[in-house]
Amino acid sequence: MAVLRPAGDFDRSYQQDMSILRKPWHLLVTVLAIGVLYLTPFLNSAYITFTLNRIAYTVIALQGLNFLTGFTGQISLGQAGFMLVGGYASALVSTYWGLPIWLAIPFAALATGGVGLLFGLPSLRVKGFYLAMATLAAQFIIPWLTRQPFLADYLGGTKGFIDVPTATIFGVSLGEQSQFVYLSVTVMLIMTVLANNISRTRLGRAFVAIRDNDLAAELLGVNLFSYKLRAFFIAAVFAGVAGALRAHSQRAVGTELGYNLVESVLFLGMLVIGGLGTNLGPYLGGIFVILVSDFALWFGPRLAEIFPSNAAALQSSFRPIFFGMVLVLFLIFEPRGMAHRWTLIKAAWRLRPFAR
Amino acid sequence: MSSDPTILSVENVSLSFGGNAAISNVSFDVRQGEIRAIIGPNGAGKTSMLNCCSGFYRPQKGRILYKGNGLDQDVTKIPPHNIASLGIARTFQNIALYTGLSTLDNLMAARHIHMKQTMLDSMLFWGRALREEVEHREFIEEIIDFLEIAHIRKAVVGALPYGLRKRVELGRALALEPKLLLLDEPMAGMNVEEKEDMARFILDIHERRGVTIVLIEHDMGLVMDISDRVVVLDFGVKIGDGTPDDIKSNEKVIHAYLGQE
Repeated sequence: MAVLRPAGDFDRSYQQDMSILRKPWHLLVTVLAIGVLYLTPFLNSAYITFTLNRIAYTVIALQGLNFLTGFTGQISLGQAGFMLVGGYASALVSTYWGLPIWLAIPFAALATGGVGLLFGLPSLRVKGFYLAMATLAAQFIIPWLTRQPFLADYLGGTKGFIDVPTATIFGVSLGEQSQFVYLSVTVMLIMTVLANNISRTRLGRAFVAIRDNDLAAELLGVNLFSYKLRAFFIAAVFAGVAGALRAHSQRAVGTELGYNLVESVLFLGMLVIGGLGTNLGPYLGGIFVILVSDFALWFGPRLAEIFPSNAAALQSSFRPIFFGMVLVLFLIFEPRGMAHRWTLIKAAWRLRPFAR
Repeated sequence: MSSDPTILSVENVSLSFGGNAAISNVSFDVRQGEIRAIIGPNGAGKTSMLNCCSGFYRPQKGRILYKGNGLDQDVTKIPPHNIASLGIARTFQNIALYTGLSTLDNLMAARHIHMKQTMLDSMLFWGRALREEVEHREFIEEIIDFLEIAHIRKAVVGALPYGLRKRVELGRALALEPKLLLLDEPMAGMNVEEKEDMARFILDIHERRGVTIVLIEHDMGLVMDISDRVVVLDFGVKIGDGTPDDIKSNEKVIHAYLGQE
């Protein structure tokens, strides 16, 4: 579908044509939205700040996965495992080296990127489901490693977690969820800008070229192996940042807190719901799924009050059933994700009153 | 024309899949600045030949020397992703565009080898990345104008009609700035009008941009009209090579492919 621009809306340079914030009001809305995010701690709601932190690290992890699965087309089931690496890396350098958070996060990102490269190596030889199996290895090996007795002093061993020191930035403690929001929102915005830039430049086009037609991409000069590895690296870097944020906001990191295959699969699900290979997808999918699943968590017990005879069953199984149903409905009615619907709505709005 | 130097020389190439010989001991050359056609019946090995020339297949025997850079570079020994930077571009019989990208991005993706921005530049989209994006966009817009696809600039190519997709694919090959352009049935499945448009584009590319062209085509009238020299393959063997007039009077070719009057 062609991008429709209203009549009289001209660009005077290619740079202007490429820009994302095209009008003064775009900028205004963006600034206002960011302002609202930074003001949320003043609402004094523990739920809102806690959820906002959760959304921030989930969105970052999804953006990374989006590069690998959405743009490059390499299915990965290891994103939660990579998050675990990032969480531990950040926790360990803050504990033992005393690195401040603004150094610990980049360190965690690069360390996780390195691990991502390692697990990306099979991508040259194997494709599709077979590659998913290879990334599954990451999802099993990394958590298994963190529970090994010989690393117990550092990674917690069978206890399954280690404590993470309180993040401080410029002497200000970020121990409370409401304080941590400032950090997580800032990092989320930075990663969003980076993700957007990657997707609209040489690197992002090479990724999509590999996804859409790897043979043609190779003959047009894209080194498949090197670019698949880059996709793995970037996915892991984003996972590392997400993991570091999560570890510092939860003040603990380890397999006891999740980071398992279920989460990895859930990430894929969120991405499909949001829209694979779109920049909006990670936001829409992450926020939607987190809110829906919280709703189900709240609504299950309410339903149990209404039907006391089935209370026990409703308490335990309402959430998975409801969530599964939403996922299936999405796959049937919106297989291209919420981002696609959003572009349709935008196009219809531009064409009003002629659109149906 | 005959004094022009050779740009591509195919020497004793044999290719087989398992026990099936697709090409047996074929040799021919392509001169700088000519339009060279490869014709032959279905299954004659034309596309396989083109796949060898573009480094996509590795022939078991023989070599294919590319001389466009003043060197003898053996295409059969170069990794596929380095072929493009030699100056060889191609289109595919069954259009192989990046269906999820817009026309613009498809062409920009072909500028990959001409861009220097690194991963970090891409992330920051500042300085070199921004400058490059604009520079290459200007180059692309010129091709878009030339191929008359400005109206579908921002349309996702997966949704375009067949004729336009063929044209976008030609544009993508041009965006590589090739010295040698390999076209695999550029006019297959088109109506007369579309074929004429495509022929006009091919001739323009040849004359104005000085690109050497190798093309596979089944429309004999058109091949005989636009090509300088023709190679005829049949069951993987070369049965004719020469100017269109030579080919028209070649007994073997008439028997195998063209048919009696």
